[in-house]
Amino acid sequence: MSTQTPSQDPRPAGAEEHLENAIEQKDVAGLSQGQIVRRRFFRHRGAIVGLVVLGAVVLLAVSSVGIGPVPGWWGFSNASGPVTNPGGAPTLSLPTWLGGEGFALGEHPFGQDEVGRDMFGAVMKGVQTSLMVIVVVGLVSTLVGVTVGSLAGFYRGRLDTALMRTTDLVITMPTIVIGAVIGKLAGGVSGLLFALALGLILWPSLARLVRGEFLSLREREFVDAARVAGASSGRIIGKHILPNAIGVIIVSSTLLMSQAILLEAALSYLGFGITRPEISLGLLISEYQAAFATRPWLFWWPGLFIVLIALCINFIGDGLRDAFDPRQKRIPSQRSMDRAAARAGTTVRPGDQTQDAGLGAGS
Amino acid sequence: MATDTSGTPAPSPAGADAPVLSVRDLGVDFFVDGQWFPAARGVTYDVRPGEVLAIVGESGSGKTQSSMALFGLLPANGRARGSARLGDRELIGMAPGRLRRIRGREMAMIFQEPMTALNPVYTIGFQIVETLRAHFDMGPAQAKERALELLRLVEIPEPERRFDSYPHQLSGGQRQRAMIAQSLACDPALLVADEPTTALDVTVQAEILQLMRNLRDRLRSGVVIITHDMGVVADMADTIMVMKDGEVVEKGTAADVFARPQHPYTRRLLDAVPHLGRHRAAGGRSGGTGATTAVPVAERHVDAGADAVVLEAVDMVVEYPGRGRTPAFRAVDEVSLSIRAGEVVGLVGESGSGKTTIGRAVVGLLPVTGGSLRIAGVDMVGASTADLKPLRSKVGIVFQDPGSSLNPRLPVGESIAEPLLLHRGLKGAEMSRQVERLLDQVQLPRAMRNRYPHELSGGQRQRVGIARALSLEPALLVADEPTSALDVSVQAAVLDLFQDLQREHGFACLFISHDLAVVEILSDRIAVMHHGKLVEVGETAQVVDAPVDPYTRRLLAAVPVPDPEEQRRRREARQALLAQGPLSDETVRGDGRHHEDAVELEAGHPPIPGL
Repeated sequence: MSTQTPSQDPRPAGAEEHLENAIEQKDVAGLSQGQIVRRRFFRHRGAIVGLVVLGAVVLLAVSSVGIGPVPGWWGFSNASGPVTNPGGAPTLSLPTWLGGEGFALGEHPFGQDEVGRDMFGAVMKGVQTSLMVIVVVGLVSTLVGVTVGSLAGFYRGRLDTALMRTTDLVITMPTIVIGAVIGKLAGGVSGLLFALALGLILWPSLARLVRGEFLSLREREFVDAARVAGASSGRIIGKHILPNAIGVIIVSSTLLMSQAILLEAALSYLGFGITRPEISLGLLISEYQAAFATRPWLFWWPGLFIVLIALCINFIGDGLRDAFDPRQKRIPSQRSMDRAAARAGTTVRPGDQTQDAGLGAGS
Repeated sequence: MATDTSGTPAPSPAGADAPVLSVRDLGVDFFVDGQWFPAARGVTYDVRPGEVLAIVGESGSGKTQSSMALFGLLPANGRARGSARLGDRELIGMAPGRLRRIRGREMAMIFQEPMTALNPVYTIGFQIVETLRAHFDMGPAQAKERALELLRLVEIPEPERRFDSYPHQLSGGQRQRAMIAQSLACDPALLVADEPTTALDVTVQAEILQLMRNLRDRLRSGVVIITHDMGVVADMADTIMVMKDGEVVEKGTAADVFARPQHPYTRRLLDAVPHLGRHRAAGGRSGGTGATTAVPVAERHVDAGADAVVLEAVDMVVEYPGRGRTPAFRAVDEVSLSIRAGEVVGLVGESGSGKTTIGRAVVGLLPVTGGSLRIAGVDMVGASTADLKPLRSKVGIVFQDPGSSLNPRLPVGESIAEPLLLHRGLKGAEMSRQVERLLDQVQLPRAMRNRYPHELSGGQRQRVGIARALSLEPALLVADEPTSALDVSVQAAVLDLFQDLQREHGFACLFISHDLAVVEILSDRIAVMHHGKLVEVGETAQVVDAPVDPYTRRLLAAVPVPDPEEQRRRREARQALLAQGPLSDETVRGDGRHHEDAVELEAGHPPIPGL
């Protein structure tokens, strides 16, 4: 293995030094940090379900009504038309095993409103807006939060005080209130501007987390080692500390994103968010809340998608957090442990919580 | 019942010689990735009342896990097999409820790190009382009385005051005493001590060992000591069990194992242990290290440019700035030291003596507040970052903890390459060649450059650390306890490598360590620090064989040597030394305003405002 050993000691170093945590290492042998995280993430069932469902929602929303000038496969635009079912009830019928009359989509699966506008198309447009808001808010708040947090945590002192007091100021104001003010100003202009504005008020929690992470990481010896090697502050932040804080950043920004969709819905519902002609899920709910008793489908479908998206993102965030946290060890189920013991053919009884004094012949 | 611990030995229930603990064919397995991996196999031993069994082995040998299995404290993916009987009860597979009643009362554990094993939000008195009241029907007043008695038993000064102290208010030695008091609360028949002195300084270690020896005689408990320190074993053990890779490779009385080790692994382990005073007297046996025979200094002086001074400190002062009403803390107090080119100077002292602070100041990680410090012609006092830039290529540092000093997100090759990239601007093929050359130098396979630090063993990581420190061919290398986190045999290999490299490259080195035996092997000269002051500097032979300063003498006397006979003699000599001088470190330090740990804490983590 060792190609040449210039000094007279011919022992291949390290060959006999075995890893002190050899057994724990079996699980992660030969994998890089990223691979380990990916592997742990893909073992998290909730996160995978969330990822798949979210993917399906995105695909549905984008392909059905199209993006911008690109048309989708769903024919109905946002124009009013003839009302097919009485009251515009959904033409979607459930399969028989769910108590319906056999599965059928019909012309307007999500129903129509009182002037005959197709609800499916509107909901899909709303989902698109909400997803756009999520992505923009995620990007903007992560960017601002990480910058503020890392500068404050790395440089400490006066800069830290200034940045953190600003953060405190933003935190102390109720998000919904600033959101309402900003939404009133920006929401009327365009959805994108509104999302940018939301991103600019959601960063403080992330900034504080990143700062805390930086404060502890900057005391680690590898930072000192980099400093002795002559690395500049910028390099230490970017190359050495930030990659080690990436877990915290990814996890909290995903959770921030699910917070963003709820905030957007709430603000649009209150009338401070996105306004027509753009459509968002919150807007749809607010428009049709009066129809809750008579035409509940107008209310339920957008609500369902809000919950679905928020839930998916939360699950993914959970999965990421578990994957990045090295202390989180999966405790194997009793069954798989027993099965392995049986496979190995040891004489030991499963789980070995029971007495088997003096047996242990297999050892 | 459990009120008399002071006088007579506790009567053992089943005859004097019936073993307290008998372990038969004990195995521990861990379930990882769909398979069971054995961590220990076929462990068999007996512990009799009043007997001290030492389980020796390197990290990963299963010595700790096999003992945790006795207490039912294995992690969720572990399982124990075989049999372990405490008296006449089987411990393996006992119902958790019954086990809980036995734990703490009939068998107790002393953990390695008293700071983490004691709960920081409760006073130590409360924690001892809690143990007592969990097992006995006892009123608070009665329990307190008993707790005070225990604190007196473990010789904590001013037990009444310490009873209401929190763990952080005590020094390391006192914390370990408090933990021993807690584990003794119910007069356990079996005491398991997992590396009880590893976290302590040598002088404190000697006192804790002394205490444990006294207690063993008084209480007649069976004691199992888990340790990797052969000196501690020689000092305490009646019988020794050596473990390797989960298996017992050798078992025998202490005298036998030390004098006639049978298994090659045991022999290798014993050879790897640095033995104070043995290194220079390599040929013949050195009789008693206190001997003042003048041994010639190892011929290792550099002839060319011997008077070129690499490091020159005159009355150097390093202070940690005060915060609010806390005054500034002077960690290094007017130290004058010089290192010539190619010379290895060992810097020795206890934790909190300021030795690490000096190391960090030398490489420019800490500002020097007063006096002067010149490194390779650069004045470090008031130097700006730009001034320090050229210096960076002349000074390297190897850190204490190889786990923390490598960036976990970078492949080790990149860590090694960083100084080359930053100072020489090397890239691509040229860089690769350099990294491979460095890996060869530290005897690591070249393929390892693409591995991440967590995939390497401690020794391999430390080799990477050395490669990085040497990448720019520095004139001065600061080695801050580079081997204290490693196993003895790994330590021996790394020290060998270090010596080879030093011979080859001829760099000057400031070797910081608390282990006098290690320093003795490497150094041309030794400097001893105490409370931020340099108390003695001299040729290695002079400092080890004829120390001038009383503190140096105490420090030397406290170092345990891996030889039971010799250690017994040393122990007695130390008692005599302590009897004549009033300067008992433990008590002085315990009551001082800055005790060692407070200082160490400050040193490791400079105050963070606004946290």
